[in-house]
Amino acid sequence: MSTHRISSLGARINRAKKVAFHFNGRSYAGFEGDTLASALLAAGESVLSHSWKYHRPRGIVTSGIEEPSALVQLESGKDTIPNAKMPEVELYDGLQATAINPWPNALSRALSINRNFSFLFPAGFYYKTFMWPAKAWMFYERFIRKAGGLGASPEVDDTDRYIHQNIHCDVLVAGGGVAGLAAALAAGRSGARVIVSELQNTLGGSAHRLQGTIDGLPASEWVKKAEAELATLPEVKIIKRGVVFGYHDHNFLTIRESLSDHKPLAARKGFRERLWRVRAKQVVLATGAHERPMVFGNNDLPGIMLSSALADYAQLYGVLVGKRIALLTNNDMAYGDALTLKSAGAEVTVIDVRSGHSVVGGLAQKAHDAGVNVLRGYVPVQADGGAVVTSIQVRQQVGDKANGESRSFSVDAVGMSGGWNPAIHLYSHSGGKALWSDALECFKPGAPLPGQFSVGACNATGTLANTLREASHAGAEAATRVGFAASEPRYTVVEPSNEPISPFWIAETGENVSRRAKAFVDWQNDVGAADIELAIREGFESIEHIKRYTALGFGTDQGKLGNINGMALAARAMGKTIPQVGTTTFRPNYVPISFGLFAGLERGELFDPVRKTSPHAQHEAAGCPFEDVGQWKRPWYFPKSGEDMHAAVNREVLAVRNSVGIMDASTLGKIDIQGPDAAKLLNWLYTNPWLKLEVGKARYGLMLDENGMVFDDGVTVRLAEDRFLMTTTTGGAARVLTWMERWVQTEWPDMKVYMTTVTDQWSTFAVVGPKSRKVVEKVCKDIDLSAAAFPFMSYREGTVAGVKARVMRISFSGELSFEINVPSNAGAHVWKALMAAGAEFDITPYGTEAMHVLRGEKGYIIVGQDTDGSMTPHDLGMGGMVSKTKDFLGRRSLSRSHTAGENRKQLVGLLTDDAQCVLPEGAQLTALSQINPPTVAAPVPMIGHVTSSYYSPTLQRSIAMAVVRDGHQKMGQKIYAALADGRHVAATIASPVFYDPEGKHHHD
Amino acid sequence: MLQITCPYCGPRAESEFSCGGEAHIARPLDTDSLTDEQWGDYLFMRKNPKGLHREQWNHVAGCRRWFNAERHTVSYQFTKFYKVGENPDGNTGAGGQS
Repeated sequence: MSTHRISSLGARINRAKKVAFHFNGRSYAGFEGDTLASALLAAGESVLSHSWKYHRPRGIVTSGIEEPSALVQLESGKDTIPNAKMPEVELYDGLQATAINPWPNALSRALSINRNFSFLFPAGFYYKTFMWPAKAWMFYERFIRKAGGLGASPEVDDTDRYIHQNIHCDVLVAGGGVAGLAAALAAGRSGARVIVSELQNTLGGSAHRLQGTIDGLPASEWVKKAEAELATLPEVKIIKRGVVFGYHDHNFLTIRESLSDHKPLAARKGFRERLWRVRAKQVVLATGAHERPMVFGNNDLPGIMLSSALADYAQLYGVLVGKRIALLTNNDMAYGDALTLKSAGAEVTVIDVRSGHSVVGGLAQKAHDAGVNVLRGYVPVQADGGAVVTSIQVRQQVGDKANGESRSFSVDAVGMSGGWNPAIHLYSHSGGKALWSDALECFKPGAPLPGQFSVGACNATGTLANTLREASHAGAEAATRVGFAASEPRYTVVEPSNEPISPFWIAETGENVSRRAKAFVDWQNDVGAADIELAIREGFESIEHIKRYTALGFGTDQGKLGNINGMALAARAMGKTIPQVGTTTFRPNYVPISFGLFAGLERGELFDPVRKTSPHAQHEAAGCPFEDVGQWKRPWYFPKSGEDMHAAVNREVLAVRNSVGIMDASTLGKIDIQGPDAAKLLNWLYTNPWLKLEVGKARYGLMLDENGMVFDDGVTVRLAEDRFLMTTTTGGAARVLTWMERWVQTEWPDMKVYMTTVTDQWSTFAVVGPKSRKVVEKVCKDIDLSAAAFPFMSYREGTVAGVKARVMRISFSGELSFEINVPSNAGAHVWKALMAAGAEFDITPYGTEAMHVLRGEKGYIIVGQDTDGSMTPHDLGMGGMVSKTKDFLGRRSLSRSHTAGENRKQLVGLLTDDAQCVLPEGAQLTALSQINPPTVAAPVPMIGHVTSSYYSPTLQRSIAMAVVRDGHQKMGQKIYAALADGRHVAATIASPVFYDPEGKHHHD
Repeated sequence: MLQITCPYCGPRAESEFSCGGEAHIARPLDTDSLTDEQWGDYLFMRKNPKGLHREQWNHVAGCRRWFNAERHTVSYQFTKFYKVGENPDGNTGAGGQS
């Protein structure tokens, strides 16, 4: 493999500007416009890595995103990019790259050692070898990953920034080759808003390889003219370095635009990548095709590349790989490549599977006339060489057997053109079903989805004339469909006659595939033709199973190179046709996409909104840790110096019971309900009656779903005849509002009632404890706070600390309590005023943890903790709240046989025999006093579980709430909590109301 | 990402909506007259067709209005968007329940 720069070609490089870079620690120089692949080839580097399983030498195979072998780790630290494909890495000054599996220099002239041991690594090798024992996998995995793996994940945070941008357009054209540009011109000239997205930094796609003229211009010249015209159309936007990587429902497509990866590290500013989220009225897919390699022995030797890649490196970068080149083909395209390579100075032989004479005026004739050697009717059997290819052996095809004359060519580079796979990936993402074409030997798009076209090579359209006609029609039709007056441009095309492709999957020499030299199908995962046959012999018949067993198509190229050859070989081994074997469904993403691009700006503090209550700064100053409840930050407990949580909570609870505490309850959901039918709506939502609740009174309610299960609870106050203020659980606020809106809008649209959330508008502070009245009196002069004038479960409006306030006498602790609601803008002020007013009573702020203990002592439920969506009011011992005289949502379910039946889990209290033993929440409960008693077969029947469990500082003992089967019938009975450490803790079933069962305190 | 046309706001991205499942399931008026099986049918039984499906949608991150849509469950193509109470099968005015 002798590689050198040629001066006559090199459309993309600027020889005036050298670019220095490092690869595997060595210094190199390329030209501006080079890719890492072209620069390394130009530097004479042929063996760039070793393969992951067999450790065979590997070089560059392609010139595009389908590259399977030439993978590098780019840069290091925060800038590192694993598994970058050399052909897609644009060279920049100071670039640092390391091969993923570097080839040891000392061996570069020797045969690969492991090549002789390949029988040790058959398909499914890892499944077979490392399955047992299961624990050992953890041990094996480290070595397998190290030995075979891919690039290294970054170990530090990605400091790059990524941005998302939404955009709408009339026509999105995916691909900026000849087909895409023709479609864009036809649509764009009509004034339609068109976006063209091209993954490379240059428009044109494969135009430089096309043999023919458009309106008298070579295709690549026509591309420049088209680009110039598109630039004059104000509604046309061209995104270069923009790969359409996902095509989702209703023409929603995602584009990754690379903004800075091609610049030197120091010159990178702003965003690294932009995610365009495109909603297109019409989509034209013009994504081209990927050339298929050919399957023959040692086809992975460095120096063996795709035919198109050899031509690309010569034409675009002025890099001629090889002096004596054989191009293996079954179609016309390689002849064009041969003309290019010949003109660049190489000695070129085209070995064509197709026999006989070519068509008149065809490319074969043209190549022959230009001095290219043409050998027809021969198929490749085996390549040979050391670390690079030195010869190719071919055999004459006789009938359907390749058993004719054998010939060998001494070469230093080989190009393969086994046909073309239309890039149907985006079509497949959109839900389209690909069809196999026998004539064209490829999968091509079937019926288009609404608002969608496939044109050019991605639609398996072969000739330049047909491509232009098809693309122009699609562009004009797309614009017409969305209301523009578009016409189809006509082009005069002169091009060689086309000779049909002939199928070739592997030489039919009669020799067993497994006996031949390794013939690769998937370079990256080292899957050979024999592996596919082995998988089938072992019983795998579905292509999906074969792929997974052999790992075919599971590399970073996702089968772009090898899948079709693999399916064809599977079909051959099973005696089926390719469509019988099936197709593969491509899913997003078309190319690997960084996580950062999906995250965009939504990372760190911007990942999720944080909701803070009005006195949040005061809580922080008090040193309280916060508990996350949904997006809310709630004070958890307020430790004094030296206190742990347990000590702080005990102190807070006792302060509430004996003196006064204050809690920030602002996060409780609050819904303002207004309208003449407001009471009627509540009557439907809650199990208890609401029509006759007096203005100024509050009532507790349980809300059921239609299945009869409790899903929220809370206190609702009647502010006026036609106005209520509902409170919900902190986490249930949005759900309850949606629930109400849904019933009113869909089932009772005649109800005159409106509701809106006011959670954020009001701050709520509960002043709780025997001395709470004395505190509130100091800051509220216009409400008579006496028990007689302002009884429990009532509501008054007044002024607290100079702020208009709603004050409620409701309690979630069992103590005398005033819940003060003030507009949130004044929340912090009122909190401070209440703290100041309470100072002489040593007012104690408390958090959610003390609140839980206080309500636990009273047996008040928390929906979602003591209930789990399977608890009825009766199960909770709250049957008294269920009206027998009205209908309400969920009522009918309460009399269903299961809901009303026996053996339901019911809420009870538990008192452990050992008063100091606090049960873990979630502990399973059993009637058995020991583990595995001899009379009971395992598993031991569980009859319930602990839902809430605390140490009660008030009662100086452990308390718990639990659900137990038929628990209400088991009062006073013993039950046992089976703990993870093997203990069975005895407890007595009791009422869940542990403190003040008569309810004297909160009525004071 | 589906594009959904809210009858009140116009076409918007799916991320603004939540789906409420099958539409046109009227709540029985006299629930006491139903057998457990009939009530169970109302609660749990859904058509789940392969084909056109009429379903409720809520423009939850928009106008918060509920409306109905007809969608093909294989192709995901919407064929109708209509307000609650409108009859999707004709323009004779008042339709059935939700």
